[in-house]
Amino acid sequence: MSVSPALQHHFDDMQQQSQAAGLGMWLFLATEIMFFGGLFAGYTVYRWRFPAAFADASGHLDVRLGAVNTAVLILSSLTMALAVRAAQRGRRRGLLLFLIVTMALGSVFLGIKASEYEHKLEEGLLPGPGFVYPGPQAGAAELFFGFYFTMTGIHALHMVIGIGVLAILLVPARRGAYSGSYFAPIELAGLYWHFVDIIWIFLFPLLYLLGQGVH
Amino acid sequence: MSGAGGGDRQRGRYEGEVAREHYLNAAYGIRTWLLTTDHKRIALLYLISITLFFFLGGLFAVLIRLELLTPPGDLVQSETYNRLFTMHGLIMIFFFLVPSIPAVFGNFLLPLMIGARDLAFPRLNLASWYVFTVGGLFTLGAVVGGGVDTGWTFYTPYSSTYANSAVILTALGVFITGFSSIMTGINFIVTVHKMRAPGLTWFRLPLFVWAQYATSLIIVLGTPVLAISITLVAVERLFRIGIFDPALGGDPILFQHLFWFYSHPAVYIMVLPAMGVMSEVIACFARKRVFGYAFVAASSLAIAVLGFLVWGHHMFVSGQSLYAGMIFSVLSMLVAIPSAVKVFNWTATLYGGSISLATPMLYALGFIGLFTMGGLTGLFLATLAVDVHVHDTYFVVAHFHYIMVGGAVMGYLAAMHFWWPKMTGRLYPELWGKVSAVILFVGFNLTFFPQFVLGYLGMPRRYHFYPPEFQVLNVLSTAGASILGLGYLIPMVYLIWSLRYGQRAGPDPWRAKGLEWTVPSPPPVHNFEATPRVTEEAYDYAAVLPPAPLPEEGR
Repeated sequence: MSVSPALQHHFDDMQQQSQAAGLGMWLFLATEIMFFGGLFAGYTVYRWRFPAAFADASGHLDVRLGAVNTAVLILSSLTMALAVRAAQRGRRRGLLLFLIVTMALGSVFLGIKASEYEHKLEEGLLPGPGFVYPGPQAGAAELFFGFYFTMTGIHALHMVIGIGVLAILLVPARRGAYSGSYFAPIELAGLYWHFVDIIWIFLFPLLYLLGQGVH
Repeated sequence: MSGAGGGDRQRGRYEGEVAREHYLNAAYGIRTWLLTTDHKRIALLYLISITLFFFLGGLFAVLIRLELLTPPGDLVQSETYNRLFTMHGLIMIFFFLVPSIPAVFGNFLLPLMIGARDLAFPRLNLASWYVFTVGGLFTLGAVVGGGVDTGWTFYTPYSSTYANSAVILTALGVFITGFSSIMTGINFIVTVHKMRAPGLTWFRLPLFVWAQYATSLIIVLGTPVLAISITLVAVERLFRIGIFDPALGGDPILFQHLFWFYSHPAVYIMVLPAMGVMSEVIACFARKRVFGYAFVAASSLAIAVLGFLVWGHHMFVSGQSLYAGMIFSVLSMLVAIPSAVKVFNWTATLYGGSISLATPMLYALGFIGLFTMGGLTGLFLATLAVDVHVHDTYFVVAHFHYIMVGGAVMGYLAAMHFWWPKMTGRLYPELWGKVSAVILFVGFNLTFFPQFVLGYLGMPRRYHFYPPEFQVLNVLSTAGASILGLGYLIPMVYLIWSLRYGQRAGPDPWRAKGLEWTVPSPPPVHNFEATPRVTEEAYDYAAVLPPAPLPEEGR
């Protein structure tokens, strides 16, 4: 039996190593769920307390841009899955292509997000001393935008980290390091990428769609 | 010193023991330590770091007890006093108790106990120590930069709006350190699942491993919630978003919910590993299999699960609804069941055993008594009406010190003495060990028992002055604290002394069961020459000899 160069000294075989890495990644994602869970809990409490103000404030978000970003992220999940598939099949060029497309889509998402932030700043919707809100219940609306910026901001930070991880993986991918017998790093990066997408799938309706039908 | 009983250990000194390569002498130089991925060396890095934090946290305790020697506030004023008890709590909890047994003994022993060459993610393990160190430096920076005065609980709106101290810096330190425990927790869970030696089934695992596993589950599920709570406080403090500030529409109680969702389970992060140590030590020095092994193992998981459902008992007087209070009261009492399962099963293990009172066993027996006291007073506090009376008094302070110091620190010291020969290859002086265990027990009770009485009589916590009628009990407590301090310093001295002058231990000085005792002391770099095969239950003491005679009994 040939020993893979990727096998670390303290594991018996590649199967044990990749199973350990996979379990570790799932546990990490569990910690991420608990981390975002605290945010979702806080959001839930205040939406329960100020339903009308939250719906009204939500109407100030741009649903079209949010929807486009949702589509971009779902598409990036597809290309990420295809990258894993390419790694598994040992297709070096396909892997590189799909990784780069995934990173590009992630960057498009962040670009759209940045323009949305800029717009909100211009309207004076960033909570703090300069906060201006045209409707009633400005205090509760400020809370809504506090959650909006915190939740989407932490999500965007996760996207940046995801793009960084994929960029690092480009190097071994170019070298042709991944094949059917060893592709765990790509697979785990994929798990993380999908997780960050799923967070957005929850953020989009909670933040953007909430105000539909109010205005 | 050594007579007939030390004979086999004496021989070990001359036959190849000196030249053998092990994890300590395999490589020299500071780089080989700072860049090591060996779980045993990382354990020692943690041991050094948390020992420093322990004595720093202890220094704050000394100042607190000195101030409380007299009724008026003469040594420090309230501003300083607030900082003293805050820094004491923060450092002892986040930088000593939470990492203590897992990061030192869990790190060192988990792979050895399950027949693995290392933890599943050795580099992550090293990273966790660096993250811990960075978090520690932030917190130390806050100490130097004027300290923090919010109490270790960071209650809002005090921490978010009113406190004029290094809140952000300290919070950042705690936030960063949290990731170090998450890394350790993930590493332990994966290691227990995927790295066990052939034949080592779940119900053959040492109970120490079960306890580490349950602890890791709490760490992994709880710590991220602390991280987000601290993030939200920082967001509120920096951007003036009123998440917790009632003036801005926020709710301060929400912070308490989020905070205690982690910080109550954190109590079990601190005490569960000590319970794992108890099972190992008691089985060894009673020469018996732990009574009701499966129940003791399952009770660790039960404590981990129930621990997540009881946080509201910290908020009985915070304005949470009465019905929530009643439910949390009942759920809190349920934790007593798995805790009592452990205490009764250890007691049953002692029954009919051939008990020898070596130092680790003295600490273990002390643990059982002190933990029982701490646990029972916990039931008083879980009772709604009683809690309203003693809430925020010294009764609470005494209660959690019986669990945290009487439980967790006693367990830590039991582990220290039990596995010291394995880690260093040297025996500590047994007589000094026993003497300091007794000093510690006496000093502890003298320090904290009067505080139960003080609290019941109505002395509130977190004040630097008190009415003169409380002075006698406070003087007793301070006197006890000085004895307790002595009890910590003596082991510090003789353990360091033993590194050079201690008797050589040999692989198994206690004639204990468990894979860690089958390898030489100190263990080789890769732990096992060949992966061991496990064919028996844990604690199969019936088949082995009585414990090795202790040095001073062996003549």
